Amino acid sequence: MFHFIIQLSLVCISLSMLGLIYRVIKGPSVPDRVVALDAIGINLVAIIALVSILLRTNAFLEVILLIGILAFIGTVAFSKYIEKGVIIESDRDL
Amino acid sequence: MKTNDIILQTVTKITVFIIILFSIHLFFAGHYYPGGGFVGGLMTSGAIVLLLLAFDMKTVANVLPIDYKHLIGIGLFFAIGTGLGGLIFDAPFLTHAFTDVNLPLLGETSLHTAVLFDTGVFLVVIGVTMTIIQTIGEDE
Repeated sequence: MFHFIIQLSLVCISLSMLGLIYRVIKGPSVPDRVVALDAIGINLVAIIALVSILLRTNAFLEVILLIGILAFIGTVAFSKYIEKGVIIESDRDL
Repeated sequence: MKTNDIILQTVTKITVFIIILFSIHLFFAGHYYPGGGFVGGLMTSGAIVLLLLAFDMKTVANVLPIDYKHLIGIGLFFAIGTGLGGLIFDAPFLTHAFTDVNLPLLGETSLHTAVLFDTGVFLVVIGVTMTIIQTIGEDE
């Protein structure tokens, strides 16, 4: 029963990822795609958590935190590029 | 028009410490759990990249006055030094030694010279990543 619930949640998250991939491909503007990619990263965290429950291991828990941090840094970099055109400024006060 | 990034800067000030703590954990857990010098170094440079994103290059250079090219040299020196350490004790190159030490605060701890080699990897990874990002990020 427990196994079945985990597999059902994996199917649900896969469906939501498919919807987000549709938004990444179709999305009319760049910010749509960036938000969809961010949400794909968070869904990936959920999938890794569920798979590590299925495999009965805690070796993947670092990966969860890693993907969270990388998704955050990537989204910040993308949004800064959209807003300012540069990602790393040399001097902000100019 | 000057933009106001106060939310991003405040979140960065808190998050950077968590990321650096996580990278130190990855580095020291590498002997028994997933992790090690490579991922730890990448995560530390990720924290510095987040600082570069939220602030600018001049501010980060003031906060962390490090020449990352020197870091590559220091890391390679660590790696070669641990390798040559084996030769001193009449063992082949890169022979590692370990011992159990009773440290005052940490208790029974297994100290291994492979950690010093891993420190070299850690420093080289930080140095290479930050050199690449700073060289590309410099405009004009």
